[in-house]
Amino acid sequence: MTLHTCKKWISLLLITILASACSNLGVKPWERDTLARPEMQLIHDPVEAGLDDHIYFSKEASSGGRGFGGGGCGCN
Amino acid sequence: MQLIQTNKALIEANEQTKEPGSNKTATGFKKISPALAAATCSLLSGGHAVAQENDGAWKFDIAALFYAESDSRVSAIEPVFNATKTYNDGEVLNYKVVFDTLTGASPNGATPSDSPQTFTRPSGNGSYTANAGETPLDDTFRDTRGAVSANWSAPINRDWEYAVGAYGSKEYDYLSLGMNGGLKRYLNQKNTTLNFGLSFSADMIEPEGGNPIALAKMAIPEEPGFQTNFDASREDTSDNKTIIDALLGVTQVINAKTIMQFNYGMSLSDGYLNDPFKILSVIETTAGTNYGGNLQDGNGNNIYLYEARPDSRMKHSFYWQTKYALDNGDVIDGSYRFMIDDWGINSHTFDFRYRWQLGDSYLEPHLRYYLQSEADFYKRYLTEDEYNNGTPIIQEASADERLSDMDAITVGLKYGYKVSKDQELTMRAEYYMQSHSGDNGFGKLASQDLYPDSNAIIFQIGYSF
Repeated sequence: MTLHTCKKWISLLLITILASACSNLGVKPWERDTLARPEMQLIHDPVEAGLDDHIYFSKEASSGGRGFGGGGCGCN
Repeated sequence: MQLIQTNKALIEANEQTKEPGSNKTATGFKKISPALAAATCSLLSGGHAVAQENDGAWKFDIAALFYAESDSRVSAIEPVFNATKTYNDGEVLNYKVVFDTLTGASPNGATPSDSPQTFTRPSGNGSYTANAGETPLDDTFRDTRGAVSANWSAPINRDWEYAVGAYGSKEYDYLSLGMNGGLKRYLNQKNTTLNFGLSFSADMIEPEGGNPIALAKMAIPEEPGFQTNFDASREDTSDNKTIIDALLGVTQVINAKTIMQFNYGMSLSDGYLNDPFKILSVIETTAGTNYGGNLQDGNGNNIYLYEARPDSRMKHSFYWQTKYALDNGDVIDGSYRFMIDDWGINSHTFDFRYRWQLGDSYLEPHLRYYLQSEADFYKRYLTEDEYNNGTPIIQEASADERLSDMDAITVGLKYGYKVSKDQELTMRAEYYMQSHSGDNGFGKLASQDLYPDSNAIIFQIGYSF
């Protein structure tokens, strides 16, 4: 088995494991009361997140991650 | 649609009045006809209210951010108005307007010196100075920016959702227009969500006095033939850049209290990526009394060159976030981002928040740590050898402190108070500390503070209703 084929099989195996792991995770619809709380949303306060992104975009060399990291400002 | 549902419910109620095996529909109908009449009257008289409810509900967020750097550097006031309408079918419409007023002074990239320094204002009109030993700050930093965006998202069916958006912002010398689109795919009873997003932005920059030519010598007002020299250092036209962003993400519900997200983001910037307001000092390397001091031209003026960055940049970011709800109602929020680009920069960002629920209010301490490595072409200064008598032997160089080795810490505290079911007041105060490091120079330069720390306070007040 060549290295390339080996890598392909390992990748396939990892994807399968990840996919099956994901299918075993999670909750039933009636168990979502806690996750449905506003403060459990990944971006709970979009206005604050937007302001922070703007500050750090203008002061540092990195941007994006949780969303798009594009331009929109002459500040950097 | 609500009206149809109401009538359907009434018909179902009618059906339920039938006794099994019998045909007493007429009697049943008689039983519910007053209710039907009442419901019809109610719908007709209150039609407007019902229609409004059917159309969905608006939610508004207003906020103002105050940002102030230490040593009279940049300060900013940024009001935000955000309106979101959620329709009953799951469609969401969002408008956002942001204004941004900046004043103050910003480092121009030149090194501090043992003698006073004079710099030409970016517009070419007049000059500003830095005293001996002072970090040179361009005090003409003043701008007002307005940004608007509109976004729309809607379900396609049970498993798919799409989103589209448009964006525009305008500053005195900068225009940015963008659009974005996205797709969401729900899997495993909506416990897994796959996200795919694309964004395109076109920016135009046209500073007063024109964009500087990369590595051109800054003309100094005192020198003979200033205007000719200034014009020779500037381009006649505006410059553009385009930015394409792509985002791939997986959001996974782990259990009833934990949700996790992984994102991969790619961002390609192409075009004019220089900062037209940044320059580099040229430092003398010839042994003698001015070893490590500013190199001067034949007129006795210090030599400064405009910066030059590559004309493209590819960034990759990997983002992980987890939220965990405690039994007492508190929420832990942690995230990590790794970013790497083809400018040689990589960065690590750790962010941690703890929401401490106190009845109708909450306190949220926040800690953020950021660590960045310098760009390949970052140079705190250029040497006399690199300047090479006006024919630089390098193609790219920038002394922008944002491209240097850096770490930054943010500590903050947020307070939120639920005024009523749909109204919330929030306030936050944060302190941002940034420190830089790198080449400490030689000769006279070694006694200057080339990497002063900079700090900023951030205060935000917001109201949602």
